[in-house]
Amino acid sequence: MQAAKAAGSAATAMPVPGATAEIVAFRPPMRPALQRIADAARHTVSVVLPPLIVMSITLLVWQLLCSEPGARLPPPTKVVSDAWDFIVHPFYDNGGIDKGAFWQISKSLGRVGIGFSLAAVVGIALGVLVGQSTWAMRGLDPIFQVLRTVPPLAWLPLSLAGFRHSDPSALFVIFITSIWPIIINTSVGVRNIPQDYRNVAAVIRLSWWEVFWKITLPATVPYIFTGLRIGVGLSWLAIVAAEMLIGGVGIGFFIWDAWNSSRISDIIVALVYIGIVGFLLDKLIATVGHFVSHGVAAQ
Amino acid sequence: MSPYLKFEQIGMSFRRGQMATEVLRDVNLRIDQGEFVSMFVHSGCGKSTLLNILGGLLKSTSGEVFLEGKVVDEPGPDRAIVFQNHSLLPWLTVYGNIAIAVDKVFGGSQGKGKNKAERHDWVMHNLELVQMAQAKDKRPHEVSGGMKQRVGIARALAMQPKVLLMDEPFGALDALTRAHLQDSVMEIHAKLGNTVLMITHDVDEAVLLSDRVVMMTNGPAATIGEILAIDLPRPRRRLELATDPEYARCRAAVLEFLYARHRVPARAAA
Repeated sequence: MQAAKAAGSAATAMPVPGATAEIVAFRPPMRPALQRIADAARHTVSVVLPPLIVMSITLLVWQLLCSEPGARLPPPTKVVSDAWDFIVHPFYDNGGIDKGAFWQISKSLGRVGIGFSLAAVVGIALGVLVGQSTWAMRGLDPIFQVLRTVPPLAWLPLSLAGFRHSDPSALFVIFITSIWPIIINTSVGVRNIPQDYRNVAAVIRLSWWEVFWKITLPATVPYIFTGLRIGVGLSWLAIVAAEMLIGGVGIGFFIWDAWNSSRISDIIVALVYIGIVGFLLDKLIATVGHFVSHGVAAQ
Repeated sequence: MSPYLKFEQIGMSFRRGQMATEVLRDVNLRIDQGEFVSMFVHSGCGKSTLLNILGGLLKSTSGEVFLEGKVVDEPGPDRAIVFQNHSLLPWLTVYGNIAIAVDKVFGGSQGKGKNKAERHDWVMHNLELVQMAQAKDKRPHEVSGGMKQRVGIARALAMQPKVLLMDEPFGALDALTRAHLQDSVMEIHAKLGNTVLMITHDVDEAVLLSDRVVMMTNGPAATIGEILAIDLPRPRRRLELATDPEYARCRAAVLEFLYARHRVPARAAA
């Protein structure tokens, strides 16, 4: 019955192929394209809308809470009008420590860059050592576990005593803060290299150096980058705090200086900048890690 | 004439604290050059142990393995292993996984040295042997399980080993892919004449591929229970063999050992 019906409709469709072809040929290409644009728009809206709503509500509540006379903190509108010069002129340089946001942040970033790079090199090397040698692990691991809980700023007086200068002391604080997660993650990665990979290396008789370069390092890359991500976040936390104490140019001391001259709006803008830069640092390391590990995830 | 590959009185026990477990005892086996030998080893009865001893990854507690009259005491490319789970390096491409072995084995100027172009040709040659040349730039996670195992086989073959060791190479594959790869291995064996030692759990696979099937008794202290010679002419075709009386006899003999006779020593021990 149904088959007969289908055959019948096919038969009736045959004499007028042009009419059906027109509909079939023109409408589908239009619809998927429109559909795709609509889907993309809907997706964008669903991603962008929630944070926008939450941010608007936050700003609104903030505005309402701080608008009454005698409020101790400025509302968002006042922050923008007070700090307008600071926001729109990030590149000004009046000498001394009176510089724009760009220079302040790049000075801090430069310190993080040096301290964190040193921590990465030393941390990965120590991590591989601790991961490969049971003896080194037993000897060093307790020390690491104790030292890594020391807060960054607690190191500052000691490093000032050692280095006698504020700049190397700040670098040392970044170094000592970010090195622990790098060491620990690298050593876990090395310890977790599957026995299969070691067997392969043994069968083709790779030398110690080749095993390190061609097996250990690539197999550990996902773990290393987990450590680097945590480390870069910690070092960005540490530099802002350390700069408050050592003074000079840098976003940390900028905040302290603003507090001393009651420029509360500048502090708020600086906080936003610090948050954004920290977020970008994290994304940068994550992206490099993804690229370097060819998408091979940690097991 | 001394045999090509010889297991002599191999024994292995593992010690864990006060407990010592004897896994293998008095394993004696002689394999000729070009022979294809399968081994039936019960799970947990020294399957990988035996292969790792031959591979040089483990040192036996007693006895020695001789390859061409020389004692085997370290891993090396003359005993290439096709690992059960392929063991490809995930950060290298299919090509890179074979090239790392080829560059190391043939890289030096001594003996088997090849220059860069020759090494590239040799990698491609081995990829073509297992029909994987078209996927050379893919990474292991981008190809199927059967393809990974093909690459594993190509990597082992590329080392030009004296003995090819296969540790349940097709265990994790579906039946159709497995049959396909078995045919490939038979073709390659016919073409290159390698000496092959394969650990397997598959009766049909053992009978189809091997010149001899070595059946190990139950552990602990597993040893060789029986050796069955498979006198089927090569090349062998699985469809024709399905109705071959000699094939059926060999298959029945292996099954009988597995399900009836291997239990006897176990019962005696208990």
